[in-house]
Amino acid sequence: MAAGSSAPAATVATPAISLKEVDVTFRLADGGAYTAVQRASLDVADGEFVAIVGPTGCGKSTLLNVAAGLLAPSNGTATIFGSALTALNRQAGYLFQADALFPWKTAAENVAIGLEIAGTAKSEARERAQKWLARVGIGGFGDRYPHMLSGGQRKRVGLVQVLIRDPKILLMDEPFGPLDAQTRQIMGNLLLDLWSADRKAVLFVTHDLEEAIALSDRVVIMSAGPAARIIGNWTVPLPRPRDIGEVKLERAFHELHREIWEALKDEVMKGYQQTGGG
Amino acid sequence: MSRTSLLALQILVAVVAIVLWHVLTTVPIGGVKLLPPFFFSTPLEVASRIVRWFAEGTIWKHLWITLVEAMLAFVVGSLAGVLIGFWFARKPIINAVFDPYVKMLNALPRVVLAPIFALWFGLGIASKVALGVTLVFFIVFFNVYQGVKEVSPTVLANARMLGMSERQLMRHVYWPSALSWMFSSLHTSVGFAVVGAVVGEYLGSAAGLGYIIQQAEGVFDVAGVFAGMFVLAVFVIIIDMIVTAIENRLLVWRPVAAMDAR
Repeated sequence: MAAGSSAPAATVATPAISLKEVDVTFRLADGGAYTAVQRASLDVADGEFVAIVGPTGCGKSTLLNVAAGLLAPSNGTATIFGSALTALNRQAGYLFQADALFPWKTAAENVAIGLEIAGTAKSEARERAQKWLARVGIGGFGDRYPHMLSGGQRKRVGLVQVLIRDPKILLMDEPFGPLDAQTRQIMGNLLLDLWSADRKAVLFVTHDLEEAIALSDRVVIMSAGPAARIIGNWTVPLPRPRDIGEVKLERAFHELHREIWEALKDEVMKGYQQTGGG
Repeated sequence: MSRTSLLALQILVAVVAIVLWHVLTTVPIGGVKLLPPFFFSTPLEVASRIVRWFAEGTIWKHLWITLVEAMLAFVVGSLAGVLIGFWFARKPIINAVFDPYVKMLNALPRVVLAPIFALWFGLGIASKVALGVTLVFFIVFFNVYQGVKEVSPTVLANARMLGMSERQLMRHVYWPSALSWMFSSLHTSVGFAVVGAVVGEYLGSAAGLGYIIQQAEGVFDVAGVFAGMFVLAVFVIIIDMIVTAIENRLLVWRPVAAMDAR
């Protein structure tokens, strides 16, 4: 059974996600081993929005998959609301970088499926799906199949597909990566808007430092892989509610950006060298 | 190119071919007919034969028999292909054990099975259905197997994170994926069902289009052979049009580009 399903109601002190000394080692086809992440410890408090930033191929997504229960750490523990994670994390919703919608289901069916499999009556699930689609501005596209939607519209469907189940934790793996700059900004504001309604714990992976600062309460920096570690932790002092376009113009934003970038850039260069300029 | 001009060009090809055939078989050039009518018949003779078959109504029985055989072969072969393809894809150990045998059976030319099926199932419909099944099964089997195997890992991870149980994964992820692959091979499998039926009839039967052609060949009735071939060709085209219509209904969710892969 999923870990955490029998967890007591979260208290103030219990972090939503707690990773302790997590190592992830993959066995390679040639018999060798590749350590993606080493001794990574990270807490995400309930209601906190944490962004992980690091160079390409540093194992950010690996850490996210550990928190999702999709990947078991080789060493260390993952704890969700106080109970050890041993299977899939049932309290978490996961928004993937790549297209993860069911291509054979319409937008509304894609959104409703999470409720339907949990036993909600079909008509009610569809009705709620329709409301969620309307909430993210694509109420008129419920009967379209994913391939008929634009990249931004698909991301909206993906977002509400996850949110409709009302998970306590939101895991996001560079969700807006493939989108163009304008759409990213719109999606970022939409995400903040939805998040402010009930403040889920969010772990947001990105390679874009600006996006990370603009969205989150706290920015965590990872070193270049292999054996990537967490090398820094910055609290973002910017007030909420924020507008991503405007927050980037503030002085505090620039100061923080410069400070984090100082720490990050060496790792980015290392990362480039290792991936051949990636 | 517009639809009408395309259609006009398609018809033109047929007209040119038939006129050529007519001229070469009936008009002596330099004292000899380049295509002797005994071996090549003539368009008029073939046409009048076809008209006679339909006027007398004898052809309907044969068309019906071939249609029934092809449809039965298609249904049985598809059903077996879907079930076993699904089973193999979900149980890697089964697949590993049977893999060489599946490849051996698939490599076997099906024509050599026809006499054996005639022995086992007699000269009636059953032996033709069996031959068609051996053709349809492998196409559907390989496609369904591929469809289950090639489910996008992201879609699968997403389904799991949305809380799907193993059974729900079957129903909402593996099954639709496998069916989409099967439908994309619909033209091939329906075509092979007809081939199985006709070849079976040709090698030994008392009815069907293959029987007509075989009978005509037996008495050097070239007009009859060509007439049978034409009826068969039109029959196949009509079935293919029906398949296209069904496919367009079932695969609405697919991007158009993916349809070219068939």
